[in-house]
Amino acid sequence: MEARLTVARVEPAEHAEQGTQPGFLRKYVFSTDHKTIAKQYLAVGLLMSLVGGFTAYLIRAELAWPGRPVAGWGFIAPGAYMALVTMHGTIMVFFVAMPILLGAFGNFLIPLMVGAKDMAFPRLNMISVWILVVASVILIASFFVPGGAASAGWTGYPPLSAVPSYTGGYWGINLWLVALALEFASFLIGGINFLTTAINLRAPGMTLWRMPLFVWLEITASAIFLLSVGPLVAGSVMLLADRLVGTGFYNPARGGDPLLWQHLFWFFGHPEVYVIALPGFGIMQEILPVFSRKPMFGYRTIVYSTIIAGFLSLVVWAHHMFVSGMDPRLATPFSIMTILISIPFAIMVLAMIATLWRGSITFETPMLFVLGALSSFLIGGVTGIFLGSETADIYLHDSYFVVAHFHYTLFPIVFMGGFAGIYYWYPKMFGRMPSEILGRIHFALTFVFFNLVFIPLFLVGFAGGPRRIYYPFGYDFLKPLQPLHVIATYAAVLLLIGQLPFIVNFFVSMVRGSKAAENPWHANTLEWTVASPPPHGNFERIPAVMRGPYDYSMPGMVDDWAAQTTSVQATADWAISELHTETMKE
Amino acid sequence: MPANWFPPNVSSYGGQIDWVINLIFYFSAFWFVLFQGALLYFVVRYRRKPGVNAQFIRGESARQISWILVPALLILVCDLGIDAAGARAWEIVKGAIPRAAVTVHVTGSQFVWQFTYPGPDGRFGAGQDLKSDSLHVPVGKVVRLELQSEDVIHDFFVPQLRLKQDLVPGRKIPAWFEATKVGTYEIACSQLCGPSHFNMRGELVVQSEADYSAWLKEQRAAAATPGKPGNS
Repeated sequence: MEARLTVARVEPAEHAEQGTQPGFLRKYVFSTDHKTIAKQYLAVGLLMSLVGGFTAYLIRAELAWPGRPVAGWGFIAPGAYMALVTMHGTIMVFFVAMPILLGAFGNFLIPLMVGAKDMAFPRLNMISVWILVVASVILIASFFVPGGAASAGWTGYPPLSAVPSYTGGYWGINLWLVALALEFASFLIGGINFLTTAINLRAPGMTLWRMPLFVWLEITASAIFLLSVGPLVAGSVMLLADRLVGTGFYNPARGGDPLLWQHLFWFFGHPEVYVIALPGFGIMQEILPVFSRKPMFGYRTIVYSTIIAGFLSLVVWAHHMFVSGMDPRLATPFSIMTILISIPFAIMVLAMIATLWRGSITFETPMLFVLGALSSFLIGGVTGIFLGSETADIYLHDSYFVVAHFHYTLFPIVFMGGFAGIYYWYPKMFGRMPSEILGRIHFALTFVFFNLVFIPLFLVGFAGGPRRIYYPFGYDFLKPLQPLHVIATYAAVLLLIGQLPFIVNFFVSMVRGSKAAENPWHANTLEWTVASPPPHGNFERIPAVMRGPYDYSMPGMVDDWAAQTTSVQATADWAISELHTETMKE
Repeated sequence: MPANWFPPNVSSYGGQIDWVINLIFYFSAFWFVLFQGALLYFVVRYRRKPGVNAQFIRGESARQISWILVPALLILVCDLGIDAAGARAWEIVKGAIPRAAVTVHVTGSQFVWQFTYPGPDGRFGAGQDLKSDSLHVPVGKVVRLELQSEDVIHDFFVPQLRLKQDLVPGRKIPAWFEATKVGTYEIACSQLCGPSHFNMRGELVVQSEADYSAWLKEQRAAAATPGKPGNS
């Protein structure tokens, strides 16, 4: 204990400069303040989501009315369609979900929540966001090179991705690989920072079991990312070498093996889903207790489940490869491990539902998005069982069922969870309250139209419709499915239009929103004990943490909340009460 | 039921795959309704009412935590049931291949299918192989496929057969099926293989024994006649 506290007092060197007023560049561009860096991540993620959303619109338009010119773009050629599909996946997973859920929320919240003045390595933090910016610029630039952007799918399976003549583009995939490798480097640095900060810079009294769940889930995600990304970085370099200098890592004619890439890719690719999902769950688990006025149900159980889910995620990758030609005897063990993952996630979801039980629930925008995410994620969760089963996967693999399934897991978590987080911490980030009316409209449009996009696609998948098909009606068995594609496309357009209230709210509230108090939601975690927005260095004095993060509606208290800095003495009278002896036993 | 949405099954093992998918559907529908129902009920029932406070429930005592661990345990039982059913069906479809009446080599290349039949002596590579751009097979007989790719990864998918298998360059991947109904079915490439992936359509013709023999004879004769390619 003593040793840890000593470490915790090591403060980032940067804050020696606190006395001098930094110039514009140091303050807003090359800032080492974790809050500014978080906003930069948020800006990158939101800007890239515009590109990702536009590619979604083009893909949907092509699928509903194939071959017809699309408003705002024109005719989409088959090769261009493949590039759109590839870039949509790459952008949304690596350049939207990760920057927002890990980069923005992780950076903004981890130091504030554990009671630190900044990240453990502020300069590395600045480097990581600027590497991401460079990676984003390279990725966007790849749209404009001769031959167009990468078009081998976001999974980039060789030999299609290894030999330029197979896709017809040369620079597209090269730049795609460089952008990805840089993105990985950026989040590797970021992840190390998250872990070090949460482990070493916790305020006195902030024991591991008093950390908010968001911090737990965020550092578990970082740990999984650190453990899984290495092989794929090596794999990407090998693929780049195959393309540029003629090595044959994935070329069977030279003794290589295309399946090697699939193993390397999915060894990372499956944990990657949890790298994104866990922070999203973390956001939801911070918001649920606040708007139910109840402790998060089963705090320790959730932490254990998270860690178990994280480790399981490292040993299930071959469920993406059941029909890939790998030894069929591997399928059943991987299938069993995959389906086992339903247990920790079921526990987490049940704990979130149980948090509502006997609560006093209000429905502000952040809570609406959390409930919408939870409800939609259930569909993503149960459909995962189908794809985890090696036998069901024979029929459903690479069909629209897969597309619908992963959109049902990632959209609720990344977008609904992300929006919930933005609305919830907006007052803390920008010092002003977002509009509640616009927020509710935004939620209604997002929730309704998201479901209308992807329910039809489950049916397309059940009918056998393969994904990544430019002209989806060339096959007789797919011709009757056009109405489903048309419904999905109209819904997708409305879903995109439904984001306008958010954009308006986001910018207008920054200027016009009413000034936010320190703690507008009456929440307990440490970020709500400082001004909105928090000053440089966050805490004037490092706070002393007295209690866990979810003491809401504790009997015998005047308020129904108790900040983590509230002394236990102040609420001790409730403990004497005989009514609560059972609670005390815990 | 999901299987009602599927194209009608025409393979000996397709029914088992459909059965597994339906089983998963029933299990997951049950839990989905339960979870979603609880969520909805709690949200409505425990919305804020004046004068009613939330209860301080941490969910850390053994009794409270059992509310989430018991359902999780029941889900585990369902999971194991799905695992068992899935493993059995997988063994049939992708496990040891039964003795085949017909063996065909399937070759994928950007963006065409080619099917190679052995010579009259039943051997491949003896100079008498028969090449065809559609796959003809007799009904009710086990057909063995040897899948190969000449360039990128393709995927042999016939929805009615419930058979999907990747073709990987550098490997010869075996697969099998037994069609139960005469008819013409589409072969869809289901692995992104390049810009014209959407156009990599093949044809499977399941024929009666007699029709199949006649087709084979006709093809051989045509291949033997100079100037006429042996493609149907």
